[in-house]
Amino acid sequence: MVSLVKHPHPRERRLVFKNVDRPGWSPDIDTYLQDGGYDDLKKGFGMKPQEIVGEVKTSQLRGRGGAGFSCGMKWGFIKPDEKKPVYLICNADESEPGTFKDRYIIHQDPHQLLEGMILSCYAVNARLAYIYIRGEFPEGARILERAIQEAHARGFLGKNILGSGFDLEIFVHRGAGAYICGEETGLIESLEGKRAYPRIKPPYFPAVLGLYQCPTIVNNVETLCNVKHIVRLGGAEFAKIGRPNNTGTRILCVSGDVQKPGYFELECGAVTMGELLNDLCGGPKPGRKFKAVIPGGSSAKVLRADDTYKIKVKQPDGSMADQELKFDDIVLDFDSLAAVGSMAGSGGVIVMDDSRDMVWALNNINEFYAHESCGQCTPCREGSLWMKKITDRLAGGYGVAADPRTLKSVADNIAGRTICAFGEACAWPVQSFLQKFPEDFAGAAAKNELPRGARTALEALNPALAAAAAERH
Amino acid sequence: MSAAAEEIPTLPSVPAELEARIDEAITHYPPDFKRSATLPLLHLLQEHFGFLGAGTEEWVAHKLGLEPVNVYEVITFYPMFRRAPAGRHHIRVCRTLSCALGGSYELMRQLCELAKIDRSHATHHAPVSNAADGKFSIEFVECLASCGTAPVCMVDDDFYENVATKEAAAQILQRYE
Repeated sequence: MVSLVKHPHPRERRLVFKNVDRPGWSPDIDTYLQDGGYDDLKKGFGMKPQEIVGEVKTSQLRGRGGAGFSCGMKWGFIKPDEKKPVYLICNADESEPGTFKDRYIIHQDPHQLLEGMILSCYAVNARLAYIYIRGEFPEGARILERAIQEAHARGFLGKNILGSGFDLEIFVHRGAGAYICGEETGLIESLEGKRAYPRIKPPYFPAVLGLYQCPTIVNNVETLCNVKHIVRLGGAEFAKIGRPNNTGTRILCVSGDVQKPGYFELECGAVTMGELLNDLCGGPKPGRKFKAVIPGGSSAKVLRADDTYKIKVKQPDGSMADQELKFDDIVLDFDSLAAVGSMAGSGGVIVMDDSRDMVWALNNINEFYAHESCGQCTPCREGSLWMKKITDRLAGGYGVAADPRTLKSVADNIAGRTICAFGEACAWPVQSFLQKFPEDFAGAAAKNELPRGARTALEALNPALAAAAAERH
Repeated sequence: MSAAAEEIPTLPSVPAELEARIDEAITHYPPDFKRSATLPLLHLLQEHFGFLGAGTEEWVAHKLGLEPVNVYEVITFYPMFRRAPAGRHHIRVCRTLSCALGGSYELMRQLCELAKIDRSHATHHAPVSNAADGKFSIEFVECLASCGTAPVCMVDDDFYENVATKEAAAQILQRYE
């Protein structure tokens, strides 16, 4: 892979991305060992597994895949005296639009991931682990397989690792282009050799009934890398990085309409939206203004750049009070983004400026979800396609006045009515774009009136195009 | 269903070297759960033959102790598997939002023009379009996870970033015979 070497911004704190774009660095094990690699593994084997789980709990590490769930709590669901085999799966499906962080860890620093995985497997007593990597990373899969071979040859994998009595095998398992495999229960089904239909919770919480109906931990690449640093620093020291309940660093991936897009590893909550977009990313393109930002992968609710946000802030006397917050002043951590009605999600920040039509943007997102719905639950399978058809005609100039209302009612009837969070993931963009940019949608919709008795707007307004579309579907 | 989908060319016989790799892949999973090897086997077969010919379901099912329908439903679910030959080199262009903001639809037009591909018949179920000379084929895919260097595309297993001009697109295609 051709990668342009980019020096870290002075405001960055490189922990997980320490070796990304590092001059003279290569993904082989000798480079890693010369830099103190696998020392944290040796330290970890000097601890009891439950001690590592304890340190991860103390660290307050939250999952980096998107949901932000407490990693220590997830691990805590595994019983120390579990009789069934325990499995660990690294979720390397990185498929949330706007997210591009795991790619660089996998391609440039695979041994960091392996060290984090081995420590994590030791902590939860997993003897067999898989890295589920998306099919579109063929080179990444080869790099990981080579790294596993190297780790084997040096005794960091296999039987009785470093004389600890602990055995572990890790295998790479490639996906084949389906976004839903990033959902942990869909991923497990896929790893079992089936369609990636997510499982219903309860009872199928992976930590209870996961891979092969055994307790299974599924963690994101970045999360597992952080485990290595928690073992090195200790949970309490790690928790000093960032902010309470938002500890550690966060890799923010910025794309779209900024001067300098890219990835930035920052202490959680260390920068505001304005600082990220203007200071780190160089501001908007010449002559442009920011219009909309999706802060945590395309499923996160869109924020409007000229809005003010009301949040609740705890006062010194313990009471709560309202505070008005400008868009630029939104702090980029889990809790602050949730407070303004969106989410930190996967860290993928997609920026759009005032040259962009929000109907066009939402239509692009809708096409993604319509393509990626697994088809298991009716509201999502049908609804995601309906939403795409509606924005398709709005963007194409064939919208009718009722379309924004219809669009909202479809979205409202998907969220909360599906087995997995894909329902919310496809409904939230629609709901938030309509709420934040009603003028764009009203403008696109006002052009046409639907004739009485017409079956579809397109049929009424352009019969030839409707016939062609029907033939194609 | 299109005519092409009805006439799937037959899966050729699997050479011993490939079968040895397949047998090794099966050992990555617990002996009671050989079904897990379905995706790896389909990848190995497609990499070798270029597509999954008729009879793939039966061959894989026999290998893993499954029913052919178990394999069929997997092939039809995952976008990367195809039942018909693609070009000698297969191009994937990222279609999703950040790349679209960066000009991926324009990139798709340029690549089609340069590789002489007519994409007008591409559909959800038959997304791949082939050039008449068989050299290249192309399809839009969803997010390739490199949004900061949009627009991006892949040719076979090679990955290309910042393909923002027609010259850049032409330079990429020149590398392939």
